[in-house]
Amino acid sequence: MTFFSRLLHLDRLESEAIYILREAAAQSRNPALLFSGGKDSAVLLHLALKAFRPENLPFPLLHVDTGHNFEGVTQFRDETAARLGERLVVAQVEESIKRGSVRLASPTASRNAAQAVTLLESIETHGFDLLLGGARRDEDKARAKERVFSHRDAFGAWNPKSQRPELWDLYNGRLQEGENFRVFPLSNWTELDVWTYIEREKIALPDLYFAHIRPVVRDGAYWRPVTPVTPAAEGQLVEHRLVRFRTVGDMTCTCPIESDAADVSAIIAETRLSTLSERGATRMDDKVNEAAMERRKREGYF
Amino acid sequence: MTQTQTKLVRIVTAGSVDDGKSTLIGRILHDSKALMSDQVDALSHARFSRAEEGDLDLSFVTDGLESEREQGITIDVAYRYFATPQTSFIVIDAPGHEQYTRNMVTGASNADVAIVLVDASRLHQGALKVQTRRHATIAHLLGLKVVFAVNKMDLVNWSQKVFQDVEESLKRLSRSLGITNPAIVPINARSGDNVVSKSPAASWYQGASLLDILQNQGDGTDLSELPFRFSIQRVVRIDGHTKAAQRGYAGRIASGQVAVGDEIFVGPYRRPTKITRIETYDQSLDRAEAGQSVTLYTEDEVDAARGDLLTNGNVAYANRITADLCWLDDQAWESRRRYILQQGTANITSRIESVLHIRDMQDLSEVRGDQALKLNDIALVQLQTQTPILADLFQDNPKTGAFILIDPDTNQTAAAGMIRGVA
Repeated sequence: MTFFSRLLHLDRLESEAIYILREAAAQSRNPALLFSGGKDSAVLLHLALKAFRPENLPFPLLHVDTGHNFEGVTQFRDETAARLGERLVVAQVEESIKRGSVRLASPTASRNAAQAVTLLESIETHGFDLLLGGARRDEDKARAKERVFSHRDAFGAWNPKSQRPELWDLYNGRLQEGENFRVFPLSNWTELDVWTYIEREKIALPDLYFAHIRPVVRDGAYWRPVTPVTPAAEGQLVEHRLVRFRTVGDMTCTCPIESDAADVSAIIAETRLSTLSERGATRMDDKVNEAAMERRKREGYF
Repeated sequence: MTQTQTKLVRIVTAGSVDDGKSTLIGRILHDSKALMSDQVDALSHARFSRAEEGDLDLSFVTDGLESEREQGITIDVAYRYFATPQTSFIVIDAPGHEQYTRNMVTGASNADVAIVLVDASRLHQGALKVQTRRHATIAHLLGLKVVFAVNKMDLVNWSQKVFQDVEESLKRLSRSLGITNPAIVPINARSGDNVVSKSPAASWYQGASLLDILQNQGDGTDLSELPFRFSIQRVVRIDGHTKAAQRGYAGRIASGQVAVGDEIFVGPYRRPTKITRIETYDQSLDRAEAGQSVTLYTEDEVDAARGDLLTNGNVAYANRITADLCWLDDQAWESRRRYILQQGTANITSRIESVLHIRDMQDLSEVRGDQALKLNDIALVQLQTQTPILADLFQDNPKTGAFILIDPDTNQTAAAGMIRGVA
């Protein structure tokens, strides 16, 4: 005998995420919500309001800032936190570099992987025992393997070969001293779910998710953005193209796609027809190695 | 996928190692056009691929970990999402090795249907493997609908005789477990025969393709038609210290419905009160039903907290229950130890008083006696709890009839439990 609820697709996902957010807050001592200003974390923050208003959120927002942000994203982050009256903690990769815990191969090297180091330092400094993140299982083959309540050892490492069992929706958030949890309320959401939810709830996003003219250079299958940290190489042809970002991350590894989708409904239409995966179309950091995401996560990445 | 689409089917694969579970999932996704071109591209030059030149190793669609690809096995559960015009699917690929049974249980607990695969080419006179029986047993205990797929039919030249032998064994297994009229489909996951669409290779097979069977099964029971059950996740305080202070109870409705004005009862001592308001972030509702996350306000101060249960009064509580357990911990059961029983949001101290029987996976017989419970054992036990717990039977209400046991010293989830009776 099987059982079902009558909720519609997005209502079901929303209710599940709210349930997970409340479990995470109730089962931890000192949680935080990872908020970068990207679309997934904007959706997660919106769901957190639904889970906890009229009270204030029972956790601060935490951003691990590589310092290599696209224009408008940090302003969006700061304005959002201020508008909601919620506390924002920013951990700077730059500080880790100064301390010597992060050493880059070159000054303009990608700081994406270094985020894990800064994140772990921030966990230690603030004593966070649980971090809520907007990661989704459909993003990547390593993420597809992860639990909703993902246990991390005292080094922040994910051990994919011995994950805790996770039965039904009975989450066991118990920890030993020094360990922590990463909790992913959007585990069962797809990219299309995120966009249709953004449309339904009218969730604000940074401008660079929508079509705009930007200087780019061709780099294999990608249009690489021309920025202060990623200037065009000598002799490279800089073109001004109509583009938008499908994901927003570190400037050194995130590429826009060619698109004329200027609003959410146009993006939804485009997403339905896309034959490329979200990260496949935009992330150079995943192309370095087949198991790039798995390796980063083993080292403490979210 | 649209807003109006309500049908969700969650599928888990089961069966012994190398019977083709991951390849089947890869095939379903591939033939449903659910793989993106860059993902197919990545498969075509993946390290450790076992496919022949120009072909894809479809098992790598879900076997995404380095050590899984290197060894050609599935270690832990992978979740994939796709939709057909009628249905949205969550497909959960679970491992076949006995040592990873707890991961299979994790996957099965989040699914509605299990596809149990059998390798047609490796059975002698239809004798089923231990893992096939174990997984079918677990799927059935967890209340899943079981569909059997007889795979690698190409290796036996689509022989109807071979299929009938396997079918006979699966029907015997089903009878001993109490599964009625299971669908049994001959397939070839690698080539896709009878997976998404029907294949001419087996003209003697009268049934539908595997995906059609998964899509067109009955809906089952509507959770909102069951008695009202609500586990409090969080107490909400408005105007904290003022006279007009009000407390609300936030949580997700496990089953049933609730309306403003309904009389409800708190916990085993059945303090009655009335619902005055049902709130969400931006709405006041007159009524709400199973699956919705809401905050309930009551007429009286009822002294309820996280872990307490609100019900419609149509309810039985008990200190002693019988339950099926899947033991998931490397550490065996220790008879003098206490375990935390988590049911909904309640955490209650418990101990296993006796093991009524352990299931023998060779012949599915029930072995009596107080043996130790160890990793991957499936047993019927008698449990005692410190305070009375809601005794909904798992088969009547899987949302409240399920629990986990947690080892309070290691924090490990030691067992998955399903309430079967009041002792």
